[in-house]
Amino acid sequence: MKTTTRTLAVIGAVALFAAGCSGGGDGDGDGGGGGDGAAGATGPIDIWTSNNEAELAWATAVVDAWNAEHPDEQVTAQEIPAGASSEEAITAAITAGTAPCLVYNIANAAVSGWVRQGGLVNLSEFEDGASYIEDRGGENVASYQTDGSYYQLPWKSNPVMVMYNKTVFAAAGLDPENPGMATFDEFLDGSRQIVSSGAAASAIWPSPTSEFYQPWFDFYPLYLAETGGTMLVEDGASTFNTDEGRAVGEFWATMYSEGLSPQEASTDDAMSAGTTAMQLAGPWAIASYADSVDVGFMPVPTSGGADEVFTFADSKNISMFTSCENQGTAWEFLKFTTSEENDGLLLENTGQMPIRTDLATTFSDYFAANPMYEAFASQTERVADVPSIDNSVEVWQVFRDEYSSAVIFGSQSVDDFLTNAETEINGLVGD
Amino acid sequence: MTTTQLRTPRRPWWGVQPIGTVFALPYLVFVAVVFVYPLCFAVYIAFHDYIFTAPGVSVPTPFVGFDNFADVLTDPKVLQSFRNTGVFLVIFVPLTVVLSLILATALNAGIRFVSAFRVAFYVPYLTASVSLVGVWMLLFAQNGLINTILGPLAPSPSWLINSGLAMPTIALYVTWKQLGFYILLYLAALQNIPKELYESAATDGANLRQRFLNVTVPGVRATTTLVLILAIILGANLFTEPYLLTNGGGPDGASATPVLLIYQKGIQQQNPDTASAIGMLLVIVVGLLSMAASRLNREK
Repeated sequence: MKTTTRTLAVIGAVALFAAGCSGGGDGDGDGGGGGDGAAGATGPIDIWTSNNEAELAWATAVVDAWNAEHPDEQVTAQEIPAGASSEEAITAAITAGTAPCLVYNIANAAVSGWVRQGGLVNLSEFEDGASYIEDRGGENVASYQTDGSYYQLPWKSNPVMVMYNKTVFAAAGLDPENPGMATFDEFLDGSRQIVSSGAAASAIWPSPTSEFYQPWFDFYPLYLAETGGTMLVEDGASTFNTDEGRAVGEFWATMYSEGLSPQEASTDDAMSAGTTAMQLAGPWAIASYADSVDVGFMPVPTSGGADEVFTFADSKNISMFTSCENQGTAWEFLKFTTSEENDGLLLENTGQMPIRTDLATTFSDYFAANPMYEAFASQTERVADVPSIDNSVEVWQVFRDEYSSAVIFGSQSVDDFLTNAETEINGLVGD
Repeated sequence: MTTTQLRTPRRPWWGVQPIGTVFALPYLVFVAVVFVYPLCFAVYIAFHDYIFTAPGVSVPTPFVGFDNFADVLTDPKVLQSFRNTGVFLVIFVPLTVVLSLILATALNAGIRFVSAFRVAFYVPYLTASVSLVGVWMLLFAQNGLINTILGPLAPSPSWLINSGLAMPTIALYVTWKQLGFYILLYLAALQNIPKELYESAATDGANLRQRFLNVTVPGVRATTTLVLILAIILGANLFTEPYLLTNGGGPDGASATPVLLIYQKGIQQQNPDTASAIGMLLVIVVGLLSMAASRLNREK
């Protein structure tokens, strides 16, 4: 007893000591950063890019082109350091003060947290900041603002569509060129046909795991399609506890309960292995599967079917970090890399869609030569991203946990999932 | 005859051998920087509304008393994670102690191919969990080898997606993986039991089971305490296995652990204050469990 008391006393003393150390912070909360003269300063800068081969090739090309013209403002590019996700590596770098000037792989969900950390430069404060972003991306880019300002340049999107294996479809007796799976009922019928025919062990295999971003590749594209682009949270409140949200939830719950979508994570690439016939994917998948799967694409289904549906943008954007000492160079380089010429190069190298108002007409030659990408170019006119809100990651984690429980594992009803998630998320966004 | 009571000279704070203290200083500094400071800082964070910021950026971090702890203790997911850890410990700790002691005793008895057996038990411990997890995922998958062998007796839903079986399966995996280390501890302890004790017991007519219970078990009591405490600490820090085997929390959060939530809240969601509060609770729970285990074993 004496030992227990002594141990608890030590723990308590440490706690009280630490609590007593509280200074409460000096509270200016400016969220800014970087040196006073950093905004206009020029000189060498570092950038981080994602690690996929095609994007690295693009980055190398644009950096070489810039460096050839700017001997005093050399740019050094490297892949984002390894981590469980890019967001975690970037968060750690912000805290440590080792973030580069620019990162070309920013997910909208993480931005509000980084703004709160004081890690991002407000691009709207550059003289031509807001106008450049809006001229390039159009009115829709306003949804990428945080606290009314641009802390990211909306760069490229990967509109999510249903990608399918034409060979498997043919084996299942479905028309590979026109599968006719635009409605939930048609999609379910087609899925049953795929599995019952033995053409594939599963119809579609979204990852059933618990990471916060997984809803972006199962529930959310269908929800955006069903609602005509209503985001998960709008005007400070969740939007999904509605008939539309219920319809999407019930659709996926049926897919899982009938075994058309597996509850286990795939141990390999199910699409390449032929253990599934479909997946939700962006245009990046065309090049990735070119050698292994004969792929076709169709819009995500809705309850009633529609010719032109919304979907998830899955955009990746560019942010400037407050640790950057030469923000003048960084801003000019950012504009250089998002010029029409370099956007075209990005499209050619990666198949990902630059977020531009005039995408289809500006690169009409490319789309004429690559018709499979044309559907994605058209889809970019009807996309929505994740909402830019406080506690964004926590909101999506709550949503995922409730969704998994009801839809994937059937431990609660879809109605309970919608109600519970709504209550929790409204509490988080209402803070 | 009078007795003179000699006063023991008071030991100076720098110890009997000052030069020894000097040699120990680098380690003391290391402990202070790597353990003491982070611990104190974590306690500080747990009592404040705190976020990590970029260098030079100042945001308010007001003292919030026990608010973070209240948030944590009323969060069903946190409570579930502690319950999940309890399930894990209830399976893992007794299984580890019993199996490692029995196997160490067998390996110490001079059976044939003893070196091969020792290596066999130790290899999983040395191998990275990430690679072994892949094998277990294949074994315990819906269409895996285990279910194929079990046939109609296979559970539905399958092992790792079954909310009742996910944590026990993880406990079995961790027991199997860690067993080699605990066997090694027991093997060392068994070397220290005098052979004469076994000979005396045998002379007195004690059979194998009686010798095990009356000589071996008391002889390795100190090691059993160590194994219990280490097993509890390992169980409480569980992260990699449930994260990889059941994909970040498992079916319906059935394999979520406090450390997984610390990772989610502290790193992914940028709420280090609530993450620290969970960490503090975990330290207290582990401390109490370890003390209880130590006392229980001593009183036996």
